[in-house]
Amino acid sequence: MHNKSITDLAKGLRSGEFSSVELTQAFLNRIKQHSSLNCYITVTEDLALQEAKAADDRIAKGDATLLTGIPIAQKDIFCTQGVKTTCGSKILDNFIAPYNATVVEKFNQAGSVMLGKLNMDEFAMGSSNETSYYGAVRNPWDHNAIPGGSSGGSAAAVAAGLAVCATGTDTGGSIRQPASHCGITGLKPTYGRVSRYGMIAYASSLDQGGPMARSAEDAAIMLQVMAGFDERDSTSVDLPVPDYRAGLSNPIEGLKIGLPKEFFGAGLNSDVAAVIEAAVNEYRKLGAHIKEVSMPNLKLAIPAYYVIASAECSANLSRFDGVRYGYRCANPEDLTDLYTRSRGEGFGKEVKRRILMGTYALSAGYYDAYYIKAQKVRRLISDDFKKALSEVDVIMGPVAPSAAFGIGEKIGNPIEMYLSDIYTIAINLAGLPAMSMPAGVVGGKPVGLQIIGNYFAEHRLLNIAHQYQQVTDWHQQSPKGFE
Amino acid sequence: MSLTTDDVKKIAHLARLGIDESDIESYAKDLSRMLDLMTQMSELNTDDVIPMAHPMDQVQRLRPDTVTERNNREQFQAIAPQVEAGLYLVPKVIE
Repeated sequence: MHNKSITDLAKGLRSGEFSSVELTQAFLNRIKQHSSLNCYITVTEDLALQEAKAADDRIAKGDATLLTGIPIAQKDIFCTQGVKTTCGSKILDNFIAPYNATVVEKFNQAGSVMLGKLNMDEFAMGSSNETSYYGAVRNPWDHNAIPGGSSGGSAAAVAAGLAVCATGTDTGGSIRQPASHCGITGLKPTYGRVSRYGMIAYASSLDQGGPMARSAEDAAIMLQVMAGFDERDSTSVDLPVPDYRAGLSNPIEGLKIGLPKEFFGAGLNSDVAAVIEAAVNEYRKLGAHIKEVSMPNLKLAIPAYYVIASAECSANLSRFDGVRYGYRCANPEDLTDLYTRSRGEGFGKEVKRRILMGTYALSAGYYDAYYIKAQKVRRLISDDFKKALSEVDVIMGPVAPSAAFGIGEKIGNPIEMYLSDIYTIAINLAGLPAMSMPAGVVGGKPVGLQIIGNYFAEHRLLNIAHQYQQVTDWHQQSPKGFE
Repeated sequence: MSLTTDDVKKIAHLARLGIDESDIESYAKDLSRMLDLMTQMSELNTDDVIPMAHPMDQVQRLRPDTVTERNNREQFQAIAPQVEAGLYLVPKVIE
């Protein structure tokens, strides 16, 4: 049951083949059986079984949605009322959220069952899930490899069949890169498409929540629930939400695909390049036209991103002060000591590094040289995408320069870790939607193809991914031992 | 561009962020390397470029100035480290 699609599970629930309580119990058992992957920070067993019972009642009454009774899991960045919400940090280890994130509320309304809260890099800062206070997550394809980050727990849980699907968030690639490394389908929507209310902020002008699932169709079903205007998020965009499943079967003949030459230069592993070429060829067979495009400023996306993200993080994380909630140090001498030690003892090393960087970039005398400069570079990168997307319908390329690297391999070298985000972070700077879907295997580990679209073209991305998944079976492969 | 250990201490103070004495050296090294990376941006002429603060060109929405939130003080203070009579307690600020 653990590798079935949402529509198949919904059919099974309706026909009485199995109940949501049985389905939920099966997933809870698998979570226990595979606890060594460390995907979950909190398993909400009792709550899940209660929700499953309520879902069974709702299905019996005939008032169910596709997601009613489906066991899903939430990245631990989304606030869940009455349930510990840690954001992967010691500073929130004792934080019981007093309210639900809008995304959580929407899944509750749809009647889905929450299995628990998923592991992640601390405050979503990391590309390997190794910065979590709760320890690294193991990639189900290779237990010595990272699952990617920051939504590493989400990606590994879906790949291992420890949740039907999961939420993720993406500030610089945190949905797409782990989706690529774990062989699942993940979509970062257009900035403003999914409410950020109750989604703990890292870099507010870049953060966006999205679906992580086994297929484009499952991702479409999830996004249908997640997307939409929310007056509680001042950056939420008030545009109608299309029917994401309705367009999945549209033919893609005549699709214009752009390949940025900067995505295929030195630094890209040649086996990964071959996977991307093969996937693009598959699209050629489906009637797509391929064109080279250019992103001349792509290289500067990394410095611009790390200035902007660090600056916004230093401002956002100033709320963790040991006064109103979260960790407080023992026996503070005075107020400054309380702030300084609570934060010093509560945050991990990568988070501190970015707070320091952001504080420096925003400090008097450096603000123009770093922060304003980065925002200008951001404009130029965004213009590069606008130009390219005026010539083609979508842009394709790799998600990451290589398949998943080893646990411990890059954690000692933050700059090298940052450089591995080269193909994903520019998209966040522009605010565009992009997805990753499985397109091949390198050295026994999955590799994703990235598809980048125009603003609010999520339906188009899902359609394009779904068409590929109709003629290939990479998305149906499971890691050994999790079939 | 390189930062000294004194620079790191100063920045940490601005951020009210405690860092271990033994880690200061490595932060200075990491931050210096990050700044080297960031200095690459100066290669690009951006004189006439308008800074982009946000991906969406939109104005902040306005709403009528009416109370929309319930008073959740008890619920919020239930998770606070130290409260008394509805107030958050911190070490004495004024002697």
